Amino acid sequence: MSGRVLVGVKRVIDYAVKIRVKPDHSGVVTEGVKHSMNPFCEIAVEEAVKMKEKKLIKEVVAVSCGPQQVQETIRTALAMGADRGIHVEVSAKEYESLGPLQVSKILAALAKKEEAQLIILGKQAIDGDCNQTGQMTAALLDWPQGTFASEVTLEGGHVKVVREIDGGLETIKINTPAVLTADLRLNTPRYATLPNIMKAKKKKIANVKPADLGVELASKLQVLRVDAPPQREAGVKVESVADLVAKLKEAGTI
Amino acid sequence: MAVRAAGQIAGICHLYRSSSLGGFRTLSQNVSSSKHTPSNETTVDHLIYTPEHFALKESIKKIIDQEINPHVDQWEAEGKFPAHRIFKILGNAGILGVNKPVEYGGLGLDFSYSVAVSEELGNIRCGGIPMAIGVQTDMATPALARFGSHELKTEFLLPSILGDKVACLGVSEVGAGSDVSSIMTKAVREGDEYVINGGKMWTTNGTQADWMCLLANTSDGPPHRNKSLICLPMDLPGVHIARQIDKMGMRSSDTAEVFFDDVRVPSKNVIGQEGMGFTYQMLQFQEERLWAVANTLTTMDIVIQETIDYTRQRKIFKMPVLHHQTVHFRLAELQTEVELLRSLLHRATALFIKGNDVTKLASMAKLKAGRLARELGDSCLQYWGGMGFTNDVLVSRFYRDSRLISIGGGADEVMLGIICKYMDTLPK
Repeated sequence: MSGRVLVGVKRVIDYAVKIRVKPDHSGVVTEGVKHSMNPFCEIAVEEAVKMKEKKLIKEVVAVSCGPQQVQETIRTALAMGADRGIHVEVSAKEYESLGPLQVSKILAALAKKEEAQLIILGKQAIDGDCNQTGQMTAALLDWPQGTFASEVTLEGGHVKVVREIDGGLETIKINTPAVLTADLRLNTPRYATLPNIMKAKKKKIANVKPADLGVELASKLQVLRVDAPPQREAGVKVESVADLVAKLKEAGTI
Repeated sequence: MAVRAAGQIAGICHLYRSSSLGGFRTLSQNVSSSKHTPSNETTVDHLIYTPEHFALKESIKKIIDQEINPHVDQWEAEGKFPAHRIFKILGNAGILGVNKPVEYGGLGLDFSYSVAVSEELGNIRCGGIPMAIGVQTDMATPALARFGSHELKTEFLLPSILGDKVACLGVSEVGAGSDVSSIMTKAVREGDEYVINGGKMWTTNGTQADWMCLLANTSDGPPHRNKSLICLPMDLPGVHIARQIDKMGMRSSDTAEVFFDDVRVPSKNVIGQEGMGFTYQMLQFQEERLWAVANTLTTMDIVIQETIDYTRQRKIFKMPVLHHQTVHFRLAELQTEVELLRSLLHRATALFIKGNDVTKLASMAKLKAGRLARELGDSCLQYWGGMGFTNDVLVSRFYRDSRLISIGGGADEVMLGIICKYMDTLPK
């Protein structure tokens, strides 16, 4: 086995920023807004770096798809301990319609090219909330998948994954190569220390185009309109449980 | 809908990260109100910062959000923050030795990185902790890093940079603040030891420090040439922490009054040359002052932004306080002054890292920072009304904490004297 792990990282609007919808309702405002690495991607990077520190794998490669700015996100992954980066260059225009299916095709092609033993992704990105890329990538590669992972153990040619599911926790054993997606409680990502930030400057980020990987970016999906959720209305105080039940019946909710 | 779901995930991440961004505990916030993050700086075209500076700031912000801000209120109430614990976390992240020599655990980077660190520390929701960190990084250690022997640096500098030892600075005394040359603490040579008698005042980190960078008179002679800097372990017999001072602000920083009663320290603990202590300490004033300015700027941005958010939702006479012209115009004036001061800071830093002497600009910046912080704290607190007068909000803590800036680290009047010297307007 190559001992190489591919980690996908996505540059998203920072989780603390208040999102504003563009006046033309075509999307959200991204200009001049603080961006950072998707929190679930941070957890994915941390898991890969921990595996390398335990000497279970040999190399962590951070991948991101998008325009020039995504290199910042790859650098953050390098500062956390990834060995090298791959920037899959997508123009700003194409990026608007880049979705899980296209990214999955890119990751699948890269995984084959890099002979990856594992692909670790965040379970979803906090902008799209699609929760599809990991699953689609596994399907395209015909690899097993361990999604919503809250615990991962590498054992020989297998991975034991404890998954967070609606009913509780499910433990599965899958063969490698495999795709894993990280859930919230998998680990606590480390801070990039300043020495590692400076060392990351010297690590390489390779530049690749989707066409080089034989991937077509055309999307069959079109976003028609984006709206902000309705404003929260004021609540109503009730005096007793009987009142509460009456009001809920009035509102037609029970 | 993606937008709402993003908010839910963000909500979960808030719990996970225990972020205290926003910091309102008594207000409900309008989800769709627009908000700009206070400093909208980008990596493109920045005067002094590179992507590495911004990456460093991001890491510091995370540490502050996770390890510091959630506990600030408690530490302010207790009158002390756990310096050893916090300095170790910062030391592990490489934050305490940014411009210190690599051989002693530092990163050997230029002063612009120190300014970036200081700016980011302004996100801490009090003034005491950044001040304590500043003492560790840019007040008690620069002379040691520049002039100390290898042995001294190994014993005191290296652990301070790693965050294993807490440092404090012993310069000011009960009888000598602005007039440093009139300090009375004596270190008398006896064989290969110095015997120290006297006392120090206003010692930040004093009750927790492992060692003190002490300025003492080591000979009789001209007052600018008879003093030395000595690395003094705080656990030596004769070192008495007389009291922790009860201060109006900076309450999470423990400030001590210290006495020395026949304290014996090896003579090899003198930093550099005997008699050069005053000069060594003066050399780092430019850095100390620019560091203080950097810190204050970020907090001022936050206070303005929180005042905007509060007055936007607080109504008087049927409309938001913010809609009254006197309010939004005044905040615009204050923000303008903050940006002017920021420009001065970055300009002075850019000149400094190229090797220029920026004493005049640094003194101007420190003077302005102290005065602007007082004006800004006062004006903003007014717009908070009754709430501003409570201890539940940042603006009142800022009002108390920032009053020190015009006093400590070189009082306003001292800054004015320096500027006049450069303007050649002092009576001869």
